[in-house]
Amino acid sequence: MALEVNGKTYETDEEGYLIALGDWNEEVGKFLAQQESINLTDAHWEVINFLRDYYTEFQIAPAVRVLTKAIGKKLGADKGNSQYLYELFPYGPAKQACKIAGLPKPTGCV
Amino acid sequence: MTTKQFMIVNRKAPYGTIYGWEALEVVLIAAAFEQDVSMAFLDDGVYQIKKGHQTKGIEIKAFEKTFRALEDYDVTKIYVDQESLTERGLTADDLTIPVEVLSRAEIGKRMEEQDIVLAF
Amino acid sequence: MLHIINKSPYDRPALDSVLKTGTGAILLIEDGVYAVAKGGAAEPKVKAALGKFKIYALTPDIEARGIADRVTDGVIQVDYAGFVDLVAENKTNQSWL
Repeated sequence: MALEVNGKTYETDEEGYLIALGDWNEEVGKFLAQQESINLTDAHWEVINFLRDYYTEFQIAPAVRVLTKAIGKKLGADKGNSQYLYELFPYGPAKQACKIAGLPKPTGCV
Repeated sequence: MTTKQFMIVNRKAPYGTIYGWEALEVVLIAAAFEQDVSMAFLDDGVYQIKKGHQTKGIEIKAFEKTFRALEDYDVTKIYVDQESLTERGLTADDLTIPVEVLSRAEIGKRMEEQDIVLAF
Repeated sequence: MLHIINKSPYDRPALDSVLKTGTGAILLIEDGVYAVAKGGAAEPKVKAALGKFKIYALTPDIEARGIADRVTDGVIQVDYAGFVDLVAENKTNQSWL
C-alpha cells in the first residue's frame, strides 16, 4: 500500500503504517492524522514528538502501559494517564499516535 | 490476568542471527501483558548487551538501545553468566544496562524457579 | 586460499578447524569477527595464527558488535570493497559454514 502527500508517494504496510521511518515529516503526519479523523492540536504534537524521541532513543514504539508511564514522567501526571491519551487518540494512543508519528506498530499491540 | 514467571534465555550473538531480536520482542510482549519476566544472558548471548554497537555499516537496527527501555517495562531481573563474560574478556562495565552477574550454578537455580523458560 | 569464517569462535569450531587445516588468508565476517576482540579466549589463538596466516576482519561487522576499540594488533581491517578485492585476488576461497 501507499499514500500520496504533496505529489510524493510513501509506502505503507497493510495497516497503513509507514514502511520507512525516514520518510516521515510533519506533512505526512498531518495526512495520516486526517485519515484517522484526528484534528491535530499542540497536545497531539506533544505526544507525537514524544513517541518519535522515544523511538530514536530505544528503537521501539512503546506499549500503552509503558507510554503512559513514560509520558507521566516527562510531561507530568495530568498527561501520564490513559484517559488523557485516549481523549487525544480515541482508537488507542499507542496504535493511532504511533501511526501518525510514522513509527511501526508497537510490539505486543494486537 | 494470571501472572507467570518467565525467563528468556539468550545464548546467541546479535546480528549474525535473528534470535536476539526475536527474544527481546518476546520479552517486550510478555512484559506488556504484565508478566513477571527475567532475562538470562550466557555464552555468546552476553554480546547482545555489549556497549557501543554501531550498526550503520551493516544496515541493521542497533537493538542494543532497546535493552535500555526494559526498565520502563519493569523488566529488571537481568542475569549474566560470569564465566561467559570472562571467556570473552568482558566485565559488567562493558555492558549497556545494569545486570546481576552470577555463576552458572546460580543461573541454573534461577531457571529452576520459573514457570516458563524460553531459550533463544 | 581465502578462508571465510562467519561464526563466533565461542559458538562453533570453524576457526580452530581452519587454523589446523589451511594456509593463506582468513577473512572474519559477521559473528566471526568476535575472534579478533582482545581479552577473550580467542585472542592467543589469533595471535599465534598471525605468523602463518594473513588475518582480515570486516570493519562494518566489527563496528556493529561494539568491539572496534579492542581489535587485536596485526589484524587487517577491510570494508566491503576490500572483501570483494580479497575474493578476487585469491585463486580459491572457501566459506567455513
